[in-house]
Amino acid sequence: MQIPYNEELRPDTGLYNAKLGIWLFLASEVMLFGALFSAYIMLRTSNPYWFDIKTVLNIPLATLNTVLLITSSVTMVMSWVALKLKDLNKFKLYLGITLLCSFGFLIVKYFEYASKFEHGLFPSSSTSLACYFTMTGLHVLHVLGGVAVFLYLIGPGIKMWDSEPERFTNRIEVIGLYWHFVDLVWIFLFPALYLL
Amino acid sequence: MSDEHHQESFWTKYIFSQDHKWIGIQYGVTALFFMLLGFVLMIVMRYQHVHSGTISPDTYNSFGAMHGTIMVFLGIVPVIVGAYGNYLVPLQVGAPDMAFPKLNMASYWTYFLGGVTMLYGFTLPGGAANSGWTSYPPLADIATTGQTVWLIGMIFLITSSLLGSVNIIVTIVQLRAPGLTWMRLPFFVWAQLVTSFLLLLAFPPLEVAGIFQLMDRVAGTSFFLPTGLVVGGEMMSNSGGGSPLLWQHLFWFLAHPEVYVLILPAMGIIAEVISNNIRKPLWGYSLMVKSVIFLGFMSFLVWAHHMFLTGMGQGMSNFFAITTMIISVPSVILLTCFILSLYGGSIRYNTPMLFALSFIPMFGIGGLTGLPLGLPLSDIPLHDTYYVIGHFHYVVAPGTIFAIFSGIYFWFPKITGKPLNEILGKVHFIFSFIFMNLFFMPMFFQGLAGMSRRLADGGQSYAHTQNVIQYNDFMMYASWGLAIAQLPFIVNIVMTLLKKTEKNPDPNPWGCTTLEWVAAPSPPIGHGNFEKVPNVYRGAYDYSVPDSETDYLPQNEKD
Ligand code: HEM
Ligand SMILES: [Cu+2]
Repeated sequence: MQIPYNEELRPDTGLYNAKLGIWLFLASEVMLFGALFSAYIMLRTSNPYWFDIKTVLNIPLATLNTVLLITSSVTMVMSWVALKLKDLNKFKLYLGITLLCSFGFLIVKYFEYASKFEHGLFPSSSTSLACYFTMTGLHVLHVLGGVAVFLYLIGPGIKMWDSEPERFTNRIEVIGLYWHFVDLVWIFLFPALYLL
Repeated sequence: MSDEHHQESFWTKYIFSQDHKWIGIQYGVTALFFMLLGFVLMIVMRYQHVHSGTISPDTYNSFGAMHGTIMVFLGIVPVIVGAYGNYLVPLQVGAPDMAFPKLNMASYWTYFLGGVTMLYGFTLPGGAANSGWTSYPPLADIATTGQTVWLIGMIFLITSSLLGSVNIIVTIVQLRAPGLTWMRLPFFVWAQLVTSFLLLLAFPPLEVAGIFQLMDRVAGTSFFLPTGLVVGGEMMSNSGGGSPLLWQHLFWFLAHPEVYVLILPAMGIIAEVISNNIRKPLWGYSLMVKSVIFLGFMSFLVWAHHMFLTGMGQGMSNFFAITTMIISVPSVILLTCFILSLYGGSIRYNTPMLFALSFIPMFGIGGLTGLPLGLPLSDIPLHDTYYVIGHFHYVVAPGTIFAIFSGIYFWFPKITGKPLNEILGKVHFIFSFIFMNLFFMPMFFQGLAGMSRRLADGGQSYAHTQNVIQYNDFMMYASWGLAIAQLPFIVNIVMTLLKKTEKNPDPNPWGCTTLEWVAAPSPPIGHGNFEKVPNVYRGAYDYSVPDSETDYLPQNEKD
């Protein structure tokens, strides 16, 4: 049995299935993070004793993380372009860099969390810290999800390039869209939590 | 995907199947069992109302919370979206399967895990979740461990419905057969499409709320706990600064669209059954499509009509009262279209049609009793009384559940090639109809007299309920009657399944026009559905077309 439009575009919608699928998934992600941010705003504005976490968060580290994620987003696109140009080695290189950047992000995040815990700052310490840990924590889970897929696609999943190159390229495009979204969420989280 | 025919083992065929039809059946059977369980919990609760002390108030609370949760999240939605959507949508749009068969399988198994997790709650000290299906904090934040398990179960269920809804939308948008344009889709498919969007977009905020509540319970945060909360005479040591109302907003942002998830696919089923049995086109098909889209959109803007009592302010209350009045317009339009469709039809009164016809007044009662709840002035005395229970049960029980029954009788010959017994079906219908009404109607009177909901003793201890308390006995007997009325249904299913299939069963016993009947055999072939991809030439309701030989024209028949 063959599912239509797995790789080729459906003429009237101009999409292949997975692409529509990822857009829908991202729409639900927008609702997820939209609700998170709204909740954050509501909690913050309704609380006269809001503990200001700017003073305890590490802005330089977060800036470094921002740079890492943006870079990874750029290399993500380049890895897809490399596939479009049928250059598997370039693809591996760029996806490799993306992976390294995301590992970098996770390591930095680890040190950030560890130093908070060391100073006795836990989610239970204040609602602002609870927001910080929950929001960044959910974002980290998304990064981990991305990393898992990257590892699969550069590892065992790469076999598909030989059998169905078109479909493999689509997969990279789809995970790329997801990755840009994860990046975008961070770009909102960074000012909302660290700067404002 | 390759064309090779791999040998299917027992496991890939029956357990980890990727065939949408089998997954649909898995969903349906599992969810019907959950519905039965939810029903049993309710029977015990109604018995307790009369024989106070049968179960402890704590057990009563957890039965109540789990009855609601099981019925909504583990029963109705999985039947109506998981089973009906899965089985019928690909067949009706002429697709070989869902767009993502593996995700489809994952969706079922995540649902299954969610269900098992929920049931596991019953084994815990303190029992399953006991803060109501709405899980309002602060109570839910400080409740027994069952609540934590409830939250984890919900996260599974949310994930499952996310996977399912993406799949259904992509299938409808991408896999429609050639010629099957948007306005040729059966109304059922439209209803499933809108429903999937509701699931896709409304559930994530509840996921956020669930995560917050989980954090409150396991990491000691105070998302939903106000400063200075006193529990059991002692001040809580949490940091405070949270907002219990935040939960209510996030919860109802899901749960209002969720009630439309419960009703729209039901209307889809009713549309198919009614049009087939009046032998004429649906009245106002395109109006119905527009209404259902508008309804889906508006359902995101009415959630706080569940929160009038919180004192959220005049402006907010007015806004949500107005949107609630607006949303009842498309609901009424849909109902009106059904009624007008009947006019001048040559109606066949078979079992599916009887259930479908009774849906109309039942949903009517449910919907009309909702209007006073949508206005703060009349809602404030009614909120938290049995009136609200009466309102939504009229919509969901004799409404949605009757639609589910109607659909089972209607599509059973499609699925198995064997029709269900009509006599048993009619007996099932008549007694269900009678006892449903005997059971739910008194709730309105109790509620209007001010009887509160969620009371373990059924309201016996209040002076103002004394005039209506005798209905509790009445309703207990009615609940038994309702239970007995389901026996012919169960017997019917078992008997029919045991019967031998005829050699070549009529693929289209009802004389339908839609692809699942006219382009595929009954029961359908395994993976792939159609011998060859059908071509569609006409709309879904070409019944009694003037000058044609038969009284229906299949969608895949050329002019
Ligand atoms: C068509 C017009 C409808 C209107 C105007 C309406 C209005 C309302 C309002 C205002 C409430 C809140 C009452 C309160 O808590 O004080 C309510 C409760 C409820 N409605 Fe409806 N409703 C409608 C249709 C439906 C449908 C179609 C369903 C489901 C299939 C439904 C299911 C529910 C449920 C489950 C609750 C109670 C939730 C709870 O508090 O536990 N309603 N309705
Ligand atoms: Cu509502």
